[in-house]
Amino acid sequence: MNLLTREALLSFRRAPLLSLLSITAIGFSLFAVALFLLVALNLNLALRGIEERVEIVAFVTRGTPAEAMTLTAQDMQSFPEVQTVEVVTSEDALVRAKTELVEFRDAYTDLQVNPLPASLEIRLKDGFRDASHVAAVAERAKGFEIVDDVRYGREWVERLDQLRNLAGIIGLTIGAAFGAVAIVIIGVTVRLTILQRAREIAIMRVVGATNWFIRGPFLLEGGIKGLVGGIMAVILALAAWSLFRSSLGSALDGIAFLSGSTMALLVLFGIAMGLGASLVSVGRHLQDV
Amino acid sequence: MIRFHRVSKTYANGHIALKDTSFTINRGEFIFLTGHSGAGKSTVLKLLFGEQRPTSGDVRISNFLINEMKPDDVPRLRRKLGIVFQDFRLLEDRTASENVAFALEVTGARPDTIPARVMRVLTQVGLASKARAYPRELSGGEQQRVAIARALVNDPPVLLADEPTGNLDERATRGVFQLLKEINATGTIVVMATHDLDLVKSAGFRTIEMRGGEVAYDSGVDDKTASGAP
Repeated sequence: MNLLTREALLSFRRAPLLSLLSITAIGFSLFAVALFLLVALNLNLALRGIEERVEIVAFVTRGTPAEAMTLTAQDMQSFPEVQTVEVVTSEDALVRAKTELVEFRDAYTDLQVNPLPASLEIRLKDGFRDASHVAAVAERAKGFEIVDDVRYGREWVERLDQLRNLAGIIGLTIGAAFGAVAIVIIGVTVRLTILQRAREIAIMRVVGATNWFIRGPFLLEGGIKGLVGGIMAVILALAAWSLFRSSLGSALDGIAFLSGSTMALLVLFGIAMGLGASLVSVGRHLQDV
Repeated sequence: MIRFHRVSKTYANGHIALKDTSFTINRGEFIFLTGHSGAGKSTVLKLLFGEQRPTSGDVRISNFLINEMKPDDVPRLRRKLGIVFQDFRLLEDRTASENVAFALEVTGARPDTIPARVMRVLTQVGLASKARAYPRELSGGEQQRVAIARALVNDPPVLLADEPTGNLDERATRGVFQLLKEINATGTIVVMATHDLDLVKSAGFRTIEMRGGEVAYDSGVDDKTASGAP
């Protein structure tokens, strides 16, 4: 075993409690970040589910022939933002109203004339479901001769936009805060280790070790702590996720866990934090002495 | 060769440690650096091993000019020096041989050469039989011998010793001093800062006495001046 590895591992053996404290601190800080990521991921998935339901309804002038409706639907389908356009005849609308609006079933049954207009239901592609794109497509739909009126629940779409932005900002802020806390904790624990080994560092300097040689074991130690802390955070997050799912039963079956690449990123983030905090702490110490 | 030429040192807190100090130490010399606390002895040593830079003047040791040295050169300088302190500065959780080996390991010595070099130097300081002892199992004198062994293991041309006998009883002091004399006899320059005037007087080596940051007396110069005087 070379000197670098031996010195780094020796530090774990010499101060097991301090090392455990460092790893636990890193683990829990990254666990907080992982929890935030989990919430953000599931919130995003939920928002995407709602977004998918964003649709523009173009009501068609009464008496428009079915062929004209189909041709218009084909034209609309060629818009770059549009995913699907569904032709809903007034008969389809009535059937749907009877099944979906159960309270009014009787009222619809007694009708002599179908009051519901035919419509074209436009769904947009992923990435075009925000307020500005929805409004732009609605405006273009309105330009078709057979289209009488266009509705898309402007307020609802705008609010969804706001919610998404707010979730993003809150998520980023909380994530950054937890990340910063984790970095400070790693920095402090590495600093404690360095103070504990100040004598050894002083001796290394006296006998002619270069600063990079002195930094080496601390960097390796910080990296190992980050790695173990990161893995611990992923395990904790997985445990919390399983617990949450099992306690809430089937209602939350759809709740997702972090992808493999996100978990790897979290661990890499831990290693980077460990290395960064060690580098800063040792650098400061070497400047001070 | 060591040369101080018109060296002054003022610390960041305003304390003037050295004032226009000049002296030269030649190859093979044994020098006592004496003076009260705060007289400037430690600053002289710190300048010699690159821990401090002079505020003005030149400090030359071997081929290194301390005042113009880049930070990266400091480790290279220290590999050419042996340094011994009053408090030994041994690693408590390593044996005597591991403490000595540490100095070789951190300077990138070839691993297969280390054990033989460590044993050679421990034998030189008379501690071959205690190679596996931890510092706590050794007496003060023995601990200082380990520190000297560590300082010698890189075969330095200069050995700097800052109060090496300050924590030792009389017997241990004599033993450590004898060891330093033997090291000097092999051609190594030894610069020893000390308060122990009895030791200084009995040894008869060149003495540089510091007072208030200046050389108050240098037996190497003053004695020659005295003997050369009519």
